[in-house]
Amino acid sequence: MSKKILLEHAHIEGIRFYETYRKNGGYRSVEKALKMSPDDIVEEVKKSGLRGRGGAGFPTGMKWSFLAKPEGVPRHLVCNADESEPGTFKDRYLMEFLPHLLIEGLIVSSFALGSNATYIYIRGEYAWIPDILEQAIAEAKANGWLGKNILGTGFDCEIYVQRGAGAYICGEETALIESLEGKRGNPRIKPPFPAIQGLWMRPTVVNNVETLAAVVPIINMGGDEYAKIGVGKSTGTKLLSVCGNVNKPGVYEIDMTISVEEFIYSDAYCGGIPNRKKLKACIPGGSSVPILPANLLLKTAKGENRMMNYESLADGGFATGSMMGSGGFIVLDETQCIVRHTMSLARFYNHESCGQCSPCREGTGWMYKILKNIEYGHGKMSDIDLLWDVQRKIEGNTICPLGDAAAWPVAAAIRHFRDEFEWHINNPVEAQTRNYGLAHYADPIHVPTV
Amino acid sequence: MKQFSAEQLNQVQAIIARYPEGKQKSALIPLLHLAQETFGGWLDTETMDYIAALLTIKPIEVYEVASFYSMFHMKPVGKHVFEVCQTGPCMLNGSDEIIAYIKEKLGIEAGQTTADGLFTLKPVECLGACGYAPMMQLGKHYKEFLTKEKVDQIIEELRTASKH
Ligand SMILES: Cc1cc2nc3c(=O)[nH]c(=O)nc-3n(C[C@H](O)[C@H](O)[C@H](O)COP(=O)(O)O)c2cc1C
Ligand code: SF4
Ligand code: FES
Repeated sequence: MSKKILLEHAHIEGIRFYETYRKNGGYRSVEKALKMSPDDIVEEVKKSGLRGRGGAGFPTGMKWSFLAKPEGVPRHLVCNADESEPGTFKDRYLMEFLPHLLIEGLIVSSFALGSNATYIYIRGEYAWIPDILEQAIAEAKANGWLGKNILGTGFDCEIYVQRGAGAYICGEETALIESLEGKRGNPRIKPPFPAIQGLWMRPTVVNNVETLAAVVPIINMGGDEYAKIGVGKSTGTKLLSVCGNVNKPGVYEIDMTISVEEFIYSDAYCGGIPNRKKLKACIPGGSSVPILPANLLLKTAKGENRMMNYESLADGGFATGSMMGSGGFIVLDETQCIVRHTMSLARFYNHESCGQCSPCREGTGWMYKILKNIEYGHGKMSDIDLLWDVQRKIEGNTICPLGDAAAWPVAAAIRHFRDEFEWHINNPVEAQTRNYGLAHYADPIHVPTV
Repeated sequence: MKQFSAEQLNQVQAIIARYPEGKQKSALIPLLHLAQETFGGWLDTETMDYIAALLTIKPIEVYEVASFYSMFHMKPVGKHVFEVCQTGPCMLNGSDEIIAYIKEKLGIEAGQTTADGLFTLKPVECLGACGYAPMMQLGKHYKEFLTKEKVDQIIEELRTASKH
């Protein structure tokens, strides 16, 4: 079902500005939260079942309760607005259209965690958004929601916006912290975890934009009510950014009870595939998660309808399932080439590897090179096994999960589309002029007549 | 010698004030952005040394950071940089064709600048606009849903503007 909690007011003219936002119920959660104790707020977030919306899906309340609180050491909340996972552009939408929602969530969360200086780390390419956020911050401050002694509670809080400068790896939370300290974005070896030693070696919580925005409805309606939305451990609503071959790309909010089929074909969401082409494959949660052929996307291996939630998307593990990830939903129609698409993602990860660990630094370059050879007609049949071998040796052998993120798309492409790789290798000339089309096991795929 | 204006120096102080005492190095990336915008669109050694002095850190600390991030240009670039996204999702909607068209139209390869110094073509990786593909970054803003006609129009407008 389409359920709007985060985006409820997104369509209202002027909602970007304080007056309109406030008139529509804005900042109520701050009024409520600042009368509660910080621990009670953490408790509400725990009860809500909210899971991190940055990609890993870790329970937010639990993460907050790990934050160390040594006497006399300042703590920090950092908002991760680096949003660089291919396919993902939902945080951008929230920040552009509902900046006050994020600021409101940040104030409540800062209070809960005891952060007097909170930083929003935003990818540098979103160069026009800091102005929007800074204006919202200034408005919030002018109206007493930020600054010194907020609402007479004695709580002081400032929010600062910091731009990155083009590095996907800075979305990884320890790389983000390094970058915020003015260094190269090299992920740190954990432990220590940021909750113990993060920004400037102080206890730090890093959360995604959407996660922190969701704190607002959680406080307003209470954690228990929020947990009633959705199914099982997929509580609340989730923003999805849709791209690729769909009629209506964009950002959608769902309550995680709809099926993948409805999401793709219903006019309330993606509106189907352009020109009534067939669906070939989909990467449902940002470029790092496994690609699925149409048949496994719409139905699980058990033959059940696959649903748009954490558990169902992951049903079958990596053998036949995928992941919710960051919510970047990438749709490929029957004319797309899996080899070329995988090559492009391999180039991305190779470009973005920070270079600290040899399996990732060398392996991503190697995978890109092999895929390029296959794509341009110089592949050998043994390359497929070589690719498989390289990706397997990266996975689990690196400092940060970028290595896994680079390995998984390649593994999944070979797992499900091996015949297309073989066709490329066997038909190097023909492969330059036409695409393979639908994989045989993805065919026939029914196209609903809605 | 390269120097920020008095107003920019106030801005620099305001940025440094966002961080705790002694953590002024955190201002490095914001200052490099400011420097690149101010001093001709790229960062030469003199500029980076100036930033190091402003933050009382070693020049090498600036070089290693500037060279890590893809938005910082370590070589001169044209007045306008076409940063066209080439990653998978954009590719599904024709970014390859757009890049090829820009190359043909401007007579340059990726990474090159036109002889008049107006345009540089820089294919980049995902910019967070995948649903509005094909797209490119042009200065502070994004140009989305690109077509050949739109590219023509953008180039035309920038050429005209440069004549005034
Ligand atoms: C390579 C890499 C890139 C990441 N990029 C992002 C990102 O752009 N935005 C984000 O919120 N989390 C990103 N993450 C996840 C963060 O490390 C971290 O888990 C997240 O910010 C935690 O917030 P959450 O619990 O609210 O999801 C990335 C992780 C990795 C390994
Ligand atoms: S896995 Fe890759 S990106 Fe992560 S720390 Fe190692 S080299 Fe850097
Ligand atoms: S893939 Fe081009 S903007 Fe994301």
